[in-house]
Amino acid sequence: MKHLTRRSILATAPAAALVLKAWPARAKDYGPGVTDSEIKIGNTMPYSGPGSSYGTIGKSETAFYKMINDQGGVNGRKINYISYDDAYTPPKTVEMARKLVEEDNVLLIASPLGTPTNSAIWHYMNQKKVPQLFVSTGATKWDDPKGHPWTIGWQPNYQSEGRIYAAYILKNKPDAKIAVLYQNDDFGKDYLKGVKDGLGDKAKMIINESPYETTDPTVDSLIVGMKAAGCDTFVNTGIPKFAAQAIRKAGEIEWKPLHILSSVGNSVAATLKPAGFENSKDLISDFYLKDPTDPQWKDDQGYKDWIAFMDKFYPDGDKTDLGNVTGPSLAATLVQVLKQCGDDLTRENVMKQAANLKEFTVPMLLPGIKINTTPTDFAPIKQVQMAKFDGQRWNLFGELLTGAVG
Amino acid sequence: MTTLPEDNIAAAPAVLTQPRTISLRPSARHLIIAAAIAVALVIPFIAKSFIIFQLTEVMIYGLAILGLNLLTGFNGQFSLGHSAFYGIGAYTAAIMVHNYEINYLWTLPAAGGVCFVVGFLFGLPALRLQNLYLALATFALAVAMPQILRFHALEAWTGGVQGLVVDQPDPPDFLPIDGDQWLYYFTLAIVLVMFGAAANLVKSRSGRAIMAIRDNPIAAASMGINLSLYKTLTFGVSALYTGVAGALGAFAVAFVAPDSFNFLLSVSFLVGLVIGGVGSIAGCLFGGLFVLYVPNIANSLSTGLAGAIYGVILLIVIFVMPAGAAGFVRFAVLQLSRLRHTPITNPEGGKS
Repeated sequence: MKHLTRRSILATAPAAALVLKAWPARAKDYGPGVTDSEIKIGNTMPYSGPGSSYGTIGKSETAFYKMINDQGGVNGRKINYISYDDAYTPPKTVEMARKLVEEDNVLLIASPLGTPTNSAIWHYMNQKKVPQLFVSTGATKWDDPKGHPWTIGWQPNYQSEGRIYAAYILKNKPDAKIAVLYQNDDFGKDYLKGVKDGLGDKAKMIINESPYETTDPTVDSLIVGMKAAGCDTFVNTGIPKFAAQAIRKAGEIEWKPLHILSSVGNSVAATLKPAGFENSKDLISDFYLKDPTDPQWKDDQGYKDWIAFMDKFYPDGDKTDLGNVTGPSLAATLVQVLKQCGDDLTRENVMKQAANLKEFTVPMLLPGIKINTTPTDFAPIKQVQMAKFDGQRWNLFGELLTGAVG
Repeated sequence: MTTLPEDNIAAAPAVLTQPRTISLRPSARHLIIAAAIAVALVIPFIAKSFIIFQLTEVMIYGLAILGLNLLTGFNGQFSLGHSAFYGIGAYTAAIMVHNYEINYLWTLPAAGGVCFVVGFLFGLPALRLQNLYLALATFALAVAMPQILRFHALEAWTGGVQGLVVDQPDPPDFLPIDGDQWLYYFTLAIVLVMFGAAANLVKSRSGRAIMAIRDNPIAAASMGINLSLYKTLTFGVSALYTGVAGALGAFAVAFVAPDSFNFLLSVSFLVGLVIGGVGSIAGCLFGGLFVLYVPNIANSLSTGLAGAIYGVILLIVIFVMPAGAAGFVRFAVLQLSRLRHTPITNPEGGKS
């Protein structure tokens, strides 16, 4: 009897295993970190260290996912958002990304912040075939669907912005003598390259390239040098502190070039106010997000919703900080990808859907800007709109522009 | 009956006086080291690859901290600039592998050699600087390093701000292990050799000279020790150790960028040094554990207050173990041996 039962159990085991294996696969397809009630998502963010001012992007994302969960989650699944501090140091990012992938078993890593930090995990993520979605950096290299099919960017990249400035100059001031102020690192050089590429064979129009270091106390002498060199067009790609110094100094020495300010430094609160509104008149810049300090949005529905979200889910957050606009916008894009995935929540399908966003928009993107991706186009936001500062606020003008780097 | 008192007489002084415990210690220590190595050899077969990776990093940080310990703990010279040597080591390895496709085995002696020369040369002007001033000078080195790595004239080699991708070494074909396991064993071997060398150095005549300079430079000089030579050499050897650690770190992380080697890394080394135990060789590995794991623990308790929690843990550890982990272990062993020995002497004393 004993012998018989054991044999019969053995005989039925393979059949049972087959049923068990086949049954869930037929209904739903889940990758790591996904259950019927939860999707695990990883993230790395500089909550400490030199980049810690960006940490608020991670906090506002956390708040946004909490709002989504309170509303019932995505297709009935709550988002379990695990965000680790990498202190903006690449070795820590590698460690944390490996922890997320190998220990926490996340489905994907969403909007990790920083160019050097993302570079450090770029190969790892692609080797492991784990989606590295909507990286929070404007470097141009993330748009590489062939070489790195598991990594996708998000914001307009710096090079394409540089091309847009070049196109604007060529159209409005074809005989310009251009000066460029840029930060002596990846993002500054990306801008410079974009402007040069945009000018093409007219790159000689740039007669003054002035790099600064983030540790420099001031850029005043560079601005004086630009005026002395006879420049009449100024592409200012500094971060707010240096952009403001440059604007104020130009005003002081009564140098009035065609002054283009990059999107990195175009915050009214962080740059133009300290630079002085009288010095900031007639500045040209480009936008893709609604600046929360800009009064023209105060009756806008997207802005009102954002304020309501901030009040309820992130009351400590600074409502003048553009990072708190960036975070929810990034998170909303991810939520859209997860919605599109339906019940097929595998890493392959996540990547397929991330590369298949069609005319998607987020409340705090400028009116008309659409997020579009295809399997050969990993640059979700490509459009920006130019604006001119009238001494009080930015006035958007012209149509949406793209400076796609192909 | 006659034999018993004799036994008592023989046993009693041996328990009371120090020599017995000292003669016991080296064998006990060897046992502990052998056991630790045995555990270290087995770990890759039972742990997940992420844990293996973390432990590899712990050993690498431990090695870097040992470099700092040779300088600060044994020679009494302060350095806040060891992130720079770590970075130079890492970049030496990365440039050799990435730009010139040289076998990774050659990168370690090269990284060590380059760092020895840089450390030795930096040690020359550092001779004129004492304590706080030396700390400031080395601080300058740490602050300058990321900028130098970004410098556009060097971009052809360093990759500038974009950094360099370093291929992880492949395990030899005849071994049935994966890349993480291989790097772990490779690091373990290097670490064992270099820790052994450091232990021998400290015990040697040169080691005593190095420590004599720390304890009393005037007395050391009057005994014929060449202060400047020993101080600069120690600087060089210290940089060598940290540089080799940097090269291993480049392989573990598989990427180098200027932002990896900022001043905060120097501070973590210093924290690891104090936590592990100033002037203790094995303690450096405790330091490595602290440097890697405590920020993670702090972050897991509260993301927003991670920095504050890290500070609190650091304060608690310093209060509980004022002489570092090594000092704590020494203290615990001493207490244990006292506990063990006092009950034995008491009944025996009662009998006689």
